[in-house]
Amino acid sequence: MAVDRLESLLRDAFPDAPELSVEDRTGGGDHFQVTVASTRFEGLSLLDQHRLVNEALAEPLRDGTIHELRIKTKGTA
Amino acid sequence: MTELADRIKGVIDEEPVVLFMKGTPQFAMCGNSSRALEALRAQGAPVTAVDIMRDPSIRQELQEMSGWPTIPQVFVKGELVGGADITQELAESGELKQLLEDKLGAGYADGAEERVVDVLSGTTA
Repeated sequence: MAVDRLESLLRDAFPDAPELSVEDRTGGGDHFQVTVASTRFEGLSLLDQHRLVNEALAEPLRDGTIHELRIKTKGTA
Repeated sequence: MTELADRIKGVIDEEPVVLFMKGTPQFAMCGNSSRALEALRAQGAPVTAVDIMRDPSIRQELQEMSGWPTIPQVFVKGELVGGADITQELAESGELKQLLEDKLGAGYADGAEERVVDVLSGTTA
């Protein structure tokens, strides 16, 4: 399942995340909403926070698994 | 640099606000492209749109240039702001308006028009 793969890639990149979820928005397995809270985001601009998520998901973004991606990042404070 | 990459870079550098999207402002072909467009419209931003669906090479060149993997992409004064989620979040928090004012001046919305640039031929509609 794509959701599991995405979740495990994010978990590897953000092992400390108190909140981490991947939602299949349409049920079609290619439109996703990911939400991540992490200390890694602290002090970073929104742009750089999203860059970290994009980097974690670089492979499924490149191979076409992800057709549409929505990202919500949060600090842990 | 290819001619196409040159034109894309030219648009990013010269236009105050550029939205690389799927489709056009009149007919957006993707929910995320619409969300970014609406967030910009809500600030009265002078949006110059580039339809990346015209040719796959546009997206390839753009991604190489910006290092950003998804569409849409919003640039203000030559600088990547982000995709749909960032643009929408910044719009809701008021930071997008602030950014536009800081980069383009307080009167940025005066006479603002939406345009579509064809980076394949270099013409403007």
